[in-house]
Amino acid sequence: MVNKETIKTWAEDGVGVIQLNRPKVLNALNRRMVTEILLTLEEWDKDDSVAVIVVTGNYKVFAAGADIDEMAGDDSISLELLNQFAEWDRIAWVKKPIIAAINGYCLGGAFELALSCDLIVAAEDAQFGFPEINLGVMPGAGGTVRLTKLMGRAKALEWLWTGEYMSAKTALENGVVNRTVARELVFEETMKLARKIAKQAPLSLRMIKESVNKSVDHSTYEAMQFERKNFYMLFSSEDQKEGMNAFIEKRKPNFKGK
Amino acid sequence: MYETIQYEMKNNVAWIRLNRPEKFNAFTEQMNLEITKALKEADRDTEVRCLVITGNGRAFSSGEDLAGVKQDTDHAEILRKRYNPMVQKLASVEKPIIAAVNGVAAGAGMSLALACDFRLLSEKANFIEAFINVGLVPDSGNLFYLPRLVGHAKALELAVMGEKVSAEEAKEVGLATKVIPLDQWEEEVSAFAENLAKKPTKAIGLIKRYLQKSWESDLDEMLENEAYAQRTAGQTKDHAEGVQAFLEKRKPEFKGS
Repeated sequence: MVNKETIKTWAEDGVGVIQLNRPKVLNALNRRMVTEILLTLEEWDKDDSVAVIVVTGNYKVFAAGADIDEMAGDDSISLELLNQFAEWDRIAWVKKPIIAAINGYCLGGAFELALSCDLIVAAEDAQFGFPEINLGVMPGAGGTVRLTKLMGRAKALEWLWTGEYMSAKTALENGVVNRTVARELVFEETMKLARKIAKQAPLSLRMIKESVNKSVDHSTYEAMQFERKNFYMLFSSEDQKEGMNAFIEKRKPNFKGK
Repeated sequence: MYETIQYEMKNNVAWIRLNRPEKFNAFTEQMNLEITKALKEADRDTEVRCLVITGNGRAFSSGEDLAGVKQDTDHAEILRKRYNPMVQKLASVEKPIIAAVNGVAAGAGMSLALACDFRLLSEKANFIEAFINVGLVPDSGNLFYLPRLVGHAKALELAVMGEKVSAEEAKEVGLATKVIPLDQWEEEVSAFAENLAKKPTKAIGLIKRYLQKSWESDLDEMLENEAYAQRTAGQTKDHAEGVQAFLEKRKPEFKGS
């Protein structure tokens, strides 16, 4: 594990927390921060003591975007050779549930980070947006792809072209965020949700995420075949036996993730 | 730093005084922007626990300065640039805001008063929905707040008839929190504001936030909103002080957080 210079991490009650920690620059995402986030996610993905991961900023801001200073001097060849977005691909391969908890601004690269998570809990007054167009560029870490899949083509184009900020209410209505809560309680409510999910059967969580992701990019037929195999597979697990026995015996199941 | 308004903080109350008395405090672009700036300043200042907006001279505000309106004026852009941010800020400042309506509040001047949380009216104050009299429509939140304060039918009547509403009538229909006799004006407004500034400010802010949300929420959402608000208020020092004071049978001393 690398030293954590740009994030803080801790784990409690089966929930691993990644807090973006560059408050002086409104948590602007630089390459080091993305690397540290990714390595932490991958480490926890293999750690039995962590069932769910929460990514958050601070009370004032999630993150105002990517670190512009860092990329201002880049050219297309240097970016191709650097291949920095390969790390973003790996974020999408994490098997455990990831929840973003958003206060304040969630812009540009930070919005892409939030969209790379599975669920988003946002403050009622959080603001989302892709202001890249104002700098003569565009999102590069999934913004045009993920926003479109959530909102549909026409709405995504409007937000991406105007660069305007989207209210949490609009984001909620368009399926971009899961819940909005009072700004004072974003982290607390996210942790309640995370702890609730962390108590679910771990293999079920995993297979469900895989199947839902499959359905986003594949035909209904293929996705349903895939779903079926995952369903069958869970019948090899101890948790399936435990879950069904507990149901029949009218008691609470004790899942082990096996 | 302000030219068209005066800003002063005294006894935890921020006073914003519209200061173009010779023009009956008609709005100009500069005045709109300065009011919004002053609201932000009062919002940030943790010492401020109540805001008062009032007018210098005889009027509260006569609304938009029509001298600036020309044939090719884009009224929509004026609203978006000047008035709407001001009205939005009045709603988002989580501290009580009083409109101390010292004289006539016409057009957008009335809208400004409607967008505040309390309306204290001098006995010689009055409201006029002046928009219709120049062939326009109430704006700056006026059509939002008016029916919420007086009901649909009365709102339509006031907006369409464009007649003067005396302080007394305003009180009757729900447009005034209180009507204050002229000789007690300054004293009563200050007392009202300073009393508010001693209350649990965070809780007031939460009440303001979630009453706004009640207009767009169903019961289940509001019950959840109340849970958020109570959880947040339940963690304030003022709540602890309130309980402590109750147990000790003394008056609580709230600090606002």
